Amino acid sequence: MQKLLLLGDEAIAQGALDEGISGVYAYPGTPSTEITEYIQESKQAKEDKVRSLWSANEKTAMESAIGMSYAGKRALVCMKHVGLNVAADAFMNSSITGVNGGLVVLSADDPSMHSSQNEQDSRVYGKFAQIPTMEPSNQQEAYDMTRYAFEISEKFNTPVLIRITTRLAHSRAGVERKEKAKQNELRLPSDLKQYILLPAIARKQYNRLLGMQEAFRNEAVNSGHNRLIDAEDKSMGIIACGLAYNYLVENFENQKVPYPVLKISQYPVPVDKVREMYESVDQVLVLEDGYPVIEELLRGLLNRDQKVRGRLDGTIPRAGELNPTIVAKALGIGVEEGFEIPPLPGRPPVLCEGCSHWDSFYALNEVMEAYSKGRVFSDIGCYTLSALKPLESINSCVDMGASITMAIGATDAGLVPSVAAIGDSTFTHSGITGLLDAVNNRSPITVLIMDNSTTGMTGGQASSAYGKVDDIVKGVGVEEEHIRVVTPLRRLHEENVKVFEEELKYDGVSVIIARRECVQTLSRRMKEKARQKREAR
Amino acid sequence: MKKDIIISGVGGQGILTIATTIGTAALIEGLQLKQSEVHGMSQRGGDVQSHLRLSSNDIASDLIPEGKADLIISVEPLESLRYVNMLNKETGWLISSMNPFKNIGDYPELENVLNEIWKLPRYVTIDANRVAKDQGSIKAANIVVLGAAIPFLDLKYESLKKALEVMFSKKGQDMVTLNHKALRAGKEYAEERT
Ligand SMILES: Cc1ncc(C[n+]2csc(CCOP(=O)(O)OP(=O)(O)O)c2C)c(N)n1
Ligand code: SF4
Repeated sequence: MQKLLLLGDEAIAQGALDEGISGVYAYPGTPSTEITEYIQESKQAKEDKVRSLWSANEKTAMESAIGMSYAGKRALVCMKHVGLNVAADAFMNSSITGVNGGLVVLSADDPSMHSSQNEQDSRVYGKFAQIPTMEPSNQQEAYDMTRYAFEISEKFNTPVLIRITTRLAHSRAGVERKEKAKQNELRLPSDLKQYILLPAIARKQYNRLLGMQEAFRNEAVNSGHNRLIDAEDKSMGIIACGLAYNYLVENFENQKVPYPVLKISQYPVPVDKVREMYESVDQVLVLEDGYPVIEELLRGLLNRDQKVRGRLDGTIPRAGELNPTIVAKALGIGVEEGFEIPPLPGRPPVLCEGCSHWDSFYALNEVMEAYSKGRVFSDIGCYTLSALKPLESINSCVDMGASITMAIGATDAGLVPSVAAIGDSTFTHSGITGLLDAVNNRSPITVLIMDNSTTGMTGGQASSAYGKVDDIVKGVGVEEEHIRVVTPLRRLHEENVKVFEEELKYDGVSVIIARRECVQTLSRRMKEKARQKREAR
Repeated sequence: MKKDIIISGVGGQGILTIATTIGTAALIEGLQLKQSEVHGMSQRGGDVQSHLRLSSNDIASDLIPEGKADLIISVEPLESLRYVNMLNKETGWLISSMNPFKNIGDYPELENVLNEIWKLPRYVTIDANRVAKDQGSIKAANIVVLGAAIPFLDLKYESLKKALEVMFSKKGQDMVTLNHKALRAGKEYAEERT
């Protein structure tokens, strides 16, 4: 077949489609978003009736996928690394239930935090759940390993985790497709109690998982995804995980490394191969794009092993993503220097011109002048950029949904009034339950829900909240006279300031819904409309 | 053949279009390629860059090693300077638009920015907005800059023209013609000056 030029994300999507998934479940999050978007736009997916709507959050996505797997069909779940924290309860327990149809969980890590709050390493979750974990090193492997992941998921009756990082997710290269597999038929688990995690059954199932560990380890040794490439010079051996392998071979003529190399792309760690290499060399350099997961295992608790080098002894910086230059330095290879960068001002991202968030925060800033500083708890979305100059409106951004709940805690501690600022997509992701807490707690907080009809931050995906915010707020129990809807526009500034003032004074839960469409989404919608009109003519 | 190219600019300025055009042309010529892009947060008016690697052999890393880029193609002068540490000191060329994108309060005097570029041994700076306007629309400024990089790309002019056709034909023949003219104008400008 002809090669396709695909992002790592797209290669995973195409691999999953070709392996016969019946559905993808996901919540957007950089750098994982393009997987689901690719499936949503794929003709093949449409013909094969692969379901691909966005879920409200990562936990609902994970659970829906477990349901599809229960019914015998293959399901893919995608999220960014922090999404796996949200889905963790379902994820951890899915390793105990096991699967029926193939179940693959994709978590996209973001070392160096290009667009994230932290740089946690999802391989730790793979180990935590004790399930096979894949770490492809290039786009072709991303395609092949996604297919393979479904295969072993069904073979071993276990969910499989695929871990990628930003560079692979957002880098394009040629990918060769293989023959397409058919979707599974509807077929329930042979044991209808498999998914009932009552203690008696859960203990049995957990023992089954423990019993599978050896099979998982053997698979990681024999699958061909972990290769020991021997070489003459035994002064050093190198363990290179995932993408790190590319950065390693980049540094040598014709990609030929003079030292023995263990390329790792599948976990659990293939201990026998590690031992074989370890015993044959004077030193081991461990290259991992993320946490020092293998390095730590090798060093052990007492860190007595002087043979091991990597992130923990300073050979490689402790934080941040790898690149060929960092690896060259670790190898003691001289690096070429380019020109010196002159002192330059930074260019941080900003809210788009005309964005409704500007007007929401202009109003909020004016009203907050009457109070002491430090009362605005925010959430994650484009509006988090209001932390920067010139607005400097907000005082927190911790995890999705934390604005409302942090405001509850702060008012409980005496910081009255407090404000929570949250976007529509984040509100339905994990703000609703927090609002319920606030209502039950009668917290003196004002919640500003910035409803721009989209998930702006990640590129304008459909928002689960669309057309539903007012009813949800009412349904949760906020008093109707304290649910106010405003239009964040420059010319309505004075009016909006008055609404904010009134609600901040109210000694209970009030909600201000600031509703105006994201200008990016609006302009895309208009262009699409014009295109349809042109085509109709 | 092996070319390592950094493409830079500000989010929304169309650097991905440049990358895709070169990528498509490279495919037409049967080359291997890796193209790393920036998505997400940094698109909102922040600095963006793409690493594009072309080769007749296998390419290992998605990222270009420091000091090894053959070319920086930038649609914004200040942004072109942000990556000069990536440029090969002996052979690397910097191709940049001279038109500043001022969305920050502390943007330096344009003259100082250009003087920094002009200190480099190999560069082409072009008033891409004016050249694009002369060809019909300022929208094609990014393709003008791409045109100015042609003498250093080792790709056939015809392949790049074909690539633009593939990419813009959906938007109508007018768009294809505009971009072809922009490409040529950029190319001629650079040829006259090197
Ligand atoms: C658990 C988790 N999942 C996903 C993300 C990625 N993410 C950040 S903000 C956001 C959505 C923002 O949408 P919304 O709240 O509507 O605000 P907008 O950007 O539209 O202003 C997403 C999906 C994240 N940071 N954490
Ligand atoms: S993408 Fe939309 S929500 Fe985000 S800053 Fe731009 S206009 Fe505002």
